[in-house]
Amino acid sequence: MNLFEYVADRWGSLSLQGLLHASAVVQCTIIAAVIGVLVGIAVYRSPLGSALATALASAILTVPSFALIGLLIPILGLGVEPSVTALVLYGLLPIVRNTIVGLGGVDPSITDAAKGIGMSRLGVLSRVELRLAWPAILAGMRVATQLMMGILAIAAYAKGPGLGSEIFSGLVRAGSANSLNQALAGTLGVVILALLLDGIYALIGRYTTSRGIRG
Amino acid sequence: MAENVTTTPLDNADGDAVSGVEIQLNEVTKRYSGQREPAVDSFTMTVPAGNIVVFVGPSGCGKTTTMRMINRLIEPTSGKITIGGEDALSLDPDQLRRRVGYAIQQAGLFPHFTVTQNIAVVPGLLGWDKKKISDRVEEMMDLVGLDPSVFRDRFPRQLSGGQQQRVGVARALAADPPVLLMDEPFGAVDPITRGNLQDELLRLQEELHKTIVFVTHDFDEAVKLGDRIAVLGNQSKILQYDTPDAILANPADDTVAGFVGAGASLKQLTLLRVHEVEMTQAVTAKTSESVEEMRKRIDARGGRPFGLVLDERGRPLRWVHKRDLASGRRLSEAGRPVGDLVSKQSTLQDALEAMLTEGGGVAVTGGRGEYAGVLEMETVMNKIRELREEHGDGADE
Ligand SMILES: Nc1ncnc2c1ncn2[C@@H]1O[C@H](COP(=O)(O)OP(=O)(O)OP(=O)(O)O)[C@@H](O)[C@H]1O
Ligand SMILES: [Mg+2]
Repeated sequence: MNLFEYVADRWGSLSLQGLLHASAVVQCTIIAAVIGVLVGIAVYRSPLGSALATALASAILTVPSFALIGLLIPILGLGVEPSVTALVLYGLLPIVRNTIVGLGGVDPSITDAAKGIGMSRLGVLSRVELRLAWPAILAGMRVATQLMMGILAIAAYAKGPGLGSEIFSGLVRAGSANSLNQALAGTLGVVILALLLDGIYALIGRYTTSRGIRG
Repeated sequence: MAENVTTTPLDNADGDAVSGVEIQLNEVTKRYSGQREPAVDSFTMTVPAGNIVVFVGPSGCGKTTTMRMINRLIEPTSGKITIGGEDALSLDPDQLRRRVGYAIQQAGLFPHFTVTQNIAVVPGLLGWDKKKISDRVEEMMDLVGLDPSVFRDRFPRQLSGGQQQRVGVARALAADPPVLLMDEPFGAVDPITRGNLQDELLRLQEELHKTIVFVTHDFDEAVKLGDRIAVLGNQSKILQYDTPDAILANPADDTVAGFVGAGASLKQLTLLRVHEVEMTQAVTAKTSESVEEMRKRIDARGGRPFGLVLDERGRPLRWVHKRDLASGRRLSEAGRPVGDLVSKQSTLQDALEAMLTEGGGVAVTGGRGEYAGVLEMETVMNKIRELREEHGDGADE
């Protein structure tokens, strides 16, 4: 059986795993974005807080994903929880960092004017600062998503959802029938999904960024 | 100027234009944490309703700090501020700021909002209904000379610096606040645009009568715009607070004099228009008349042997001396062409410049370019002397 025949034969389960993979990554990106943006908002005004948050998020990223997932298993058990936790943790750095950079890069004269004409603190943040920082935040989310695509494949080690299980079992059965096809199909699936999501990001960016600040 | 700006006359039918209210600052002090000296030290001033008061002074003297305490972008350390009799420090700061227009250098427009959205912010915050807001936005754009059909949907980056400043002013005025604070609003545009924006502000003010506090470090701008000028020294100390001509004619001390600069008398001339001083009448003749006719008139007058030849529509054409009027010549060729003219609306400074090119008196024209009289050098000199004496008396007490 060549790769195409294998994919056609297993389309049902492959597409289901693909869907699970994508949906897990998207959900984790959203969770990471909510947490990351909140952290960014909390610290961006203080240089010390910003440095601390960025350093912490970077530290997480330096832990090899295989090790992190391994460490999470004894605490959270197998399955969805350790995978989601690992993905969210890895996704934090690009989002926190870009939120801080984005909010910090807003021209102070603009926020001064916003405040000066009577916008409340929350209004300035939601209608001006976050809107202006949005392209940077979205770019952070995009990087986070890409990171998570690959890491989720490894999370199969902790029995996480997605295409990782195909790759793993393919590799474990190396040498036996279709083992290469299985690993390849899983890997290709991840790559294709990553490209697809990237395209979606480009679209989201287009439709959610004001024409006034689009480059 | 490459600006695509239309000037629409303001529709003044709008009856809800509120005129300004008085602002009082009483012993207002600001001490930034970690600084020994206060940035503003016990500042007391009354800004009369409907006036433009300009704060002018060297960089770092506390102009911005003083102004920003009025809308509480900076909280005073101590002191009392009232706006229209209301205690500003007891109001909710956000509510207060919605009722005080605020315009700053480089406009501070929201880059992700269109011109319309930028102008609509404060009315929106005040909860106006949609229809009223969109009417108001159009009205504001007309007011500041931006054609709504052209500029409505532009983003700030698609505007020139001068146009951005106009939008900034429109945004500040959108909710019709009685008070307007302007911090070097025209500081970042080229001198020509700057002059235009100043003219427009004066035109707006003639119609709106807001109370405007305007910060600049350009004394000429202060003279042009201010009903009153406050010359500030360090820690916002008021060195002199008076009308522009009083300050020009009689600076309170050497520091103010230094700030006023060497050309004080000349600057004062920018405050006076030709029609405000006396003109003399020259001997005139039309080109169709004869040289003899003109010579006779000059003799009859018995003054200086000069005359002015006018064209058929009464516009000044040539200066002639009696000796140019030899028989047989035509008036349209006698003497020398008029070099420079001024209108009744010109400032005395322009007139003085014209005199320097003309080498003496300058011909003055009316609205359609017709001859109206001659302005003599002595008249201008006398006027300067008069102003000096007038203000000198008051300030020596
Ligand atoms: N946020 C701040 N914290 C501490 N000191 C400040 C702050 N803002 C201004 N100052 C100080 O207060 C003084 C007055 O500043 P301010 O901005 O009011 O001056 P200014 O007259 O507006 O000057 P410029 O013409 O340069 O705008 C300066 O010495 C400045 O260093
Ligand atoms: Mg300033």
